[in-house]
Amino acid sequence: MSSPVVPRGGTRVGLTINAWLVYIFFYAPILLLVVFSFSNDTNIGRWGGFTLDWYRAFGENENIQGALGVSVRVALVSTLVSVVLGTLAALSLERFRFKGRQIFDALLYLPIIIPDVTMAVMMLLFFTQMFNALDAWFGLNLSKGFGSIVLSHIAFSISFVSIVVRARLSGMDETLEEASLDLYATRWKSFRYVTFPLIFPGIAGGALLALTLSLDDVVITQFVSGPGSTTLPVFVFSLIRKGVTPLINAVSVVMLAASITLVALSLLAERSKKPPSTAAPGE
Amino acid sequence: MTASVDSPVDITPGIAEATPEFERANAKVQSRRGFLMALPAYAYLVLFFALPFVIVIVYSFATRTSSGGTDLSGWNFDAYRKLGEPIVRDILARSLILAVITTAICLAFAYPFAYFIATRTAAVRNIMLVFVMIPFWSNFLVRNYAWRVLLGNDGPVSRLTESVGLGETRILFTQVAVVIGLVYGFLPFMILPLYAAIERIDLRLVEASRDLYGSGWQSFRQVLLPLSMPGVVAGSILVFVPSLGAYVTPQILGGAKTPLLGSYIVIQFLTARNWPVGASLSFVLMTIMLGATLVYFRKGGQTL
Repeated sequence: MSSPVVPRGGTRVGLTINAWLVYIFFYAPILLLVVFSFSNDTNIGRWGGFTLDWYRAFGENENIQGALGVSVRVALVSTLVSVVLGTLAALSLERFRFKGRQIFDALLYLPIIIPDVTMAVMMLLFFTQMFNALDAWFGLNLSKGFGSIVLSHIAFSISFVSIVVRARLSGMDETLEEASLDLYATRWKSFRYVTFPLIFPGIAGGALLALTLSLDDVVITQFVSGPGSTTLPVFVFSLIRKGVTPLINAVSVVMLAASITLVALSLLAERSKKPPSTAAPGE
Repeated sequence: MTASVDSPVDITPGIAEATPEFERANAKVQSRRGFLMALPAYAYLVLFFALPFVIVIVYSFATRTSSGGTDLSGWNFDAYRKLGEPIVRDILARSLILAVITTAICLAFAYPFAYFIATRTAAVRNIMLVFVMIPFWSNFLVRNYAWRVLLGNDGPVSRLTESVGLGETRILFTQVAVVIGLVYGFLPFMILPLYAAIERIDLRLVEASRDLYGSGWQSFRQVLLPLSMPGVVAGSILVFVPSLGAYVTPQILGGAKTPLLGSYIVIQFLTARNWPVGASLSFVLMTIMLGATLVYFRKGGQTL
């Protein structure tokens, strides 16, 4: 393996050092945050002996628990809806040709590349306008809260789900579907027993991605949340701006642990082997 | 990636010869079916994405009333005219510079890193990638907060520099801290597309250039770099665009006296209550984003 592609001498040493530096840069701050979350000192960055007080405070703080509850509910509902819509969109774009397909394709990409702040502004103005209109036309008195947060999260999650599912679909052998149809399977049966099991890892990956994005979002949620309904990241963000306390260290570590669990699950979903396609369904 | 147009899944199996009329009818049925499947997501995005997009544009031409409300009746360019004022111009310039610096730093570290991963054996490569994926998907707010802990008053970084005789570090709430936070947040966005691009290259081409007496630098400059350009462009856009609109990072790590574009937009909506100016700035940001994306697709990139 001593090809010129793998550089020798100084370049090689430089590349290796750079790789280590990048990993240290990635992980040192996270690890230190975890360490300080157990520190018995009111300064967020000083070690003052081991304590679990901050985690206890996290468990007892009703505001934080309330925000956590909102976060989880928002994430579950928005993920469920965006997985259904995103998967349908992926199937349609990957398997069919229809008028307006390219416009749809472009529209589906936009929520991914648009900056957070811009999307937040869009949603704020939209809900303000909508609520005014609904009030004027039907006398409905709505305000920002759980509903507007969920609707906004779905708006950006659909795109991510459909990209992940599409990647899976495009790597799938289309002749398997054709074969099942040749064998007199109905369209639904062909989807249920052939396509769905094959793209399931993609759907699971998309769902985990949607969950992660929903649980992480700060900016968009901050613009569309109302009094009494904030998610955990928005609440933590407001705490940080008011003044940092070691309690935030503990909450941060919990949030970090949740994201890392979701990453691990999605990596597993991505890796899961294709199901044995020869096994007859329902046997 | 694209299924060929003339082979939609056959809806009537068993028919050996398809007449042109049948083919056309079949295509029509397929077209309708595809459209109906896309319809829910399509409708959702039109209502909850395209319409809000249009509303922002409308607001950017509106007038701020003296009470902080927005008058949508008479359209004008006042908000855009305000973008030429020195305060806003400074903020735009500062944000652009910080975004360029962030992108350059990310590129400088990510390129050799991506090349390093791409030249490992498959097993090592997978492990290395997993450890890039973890920060990639970890909570952005928390990762920025970690730097607040590190850089804080009497924090670990300050104590480290003090103990080696450099004195206290006071970079929290400066633009240096913002750049650190942005690089930390977006470096994986640079690494992954670069890795994808370099991994796709037939590295024997680099080998060939070396065999033909090209120096290491020449091989890089004339073979590797041009071939990996789609990754460079994709990574740069993925870092530059969110850096330009960053809001969380400057709020946590930056100073209050030097606002950036993202935080300035938020101020217009949440405190200053000048929605037309906020909307026009958002529109400028969207335009930059769309321009960058077009550049990317022109350069031959296919997926983000």
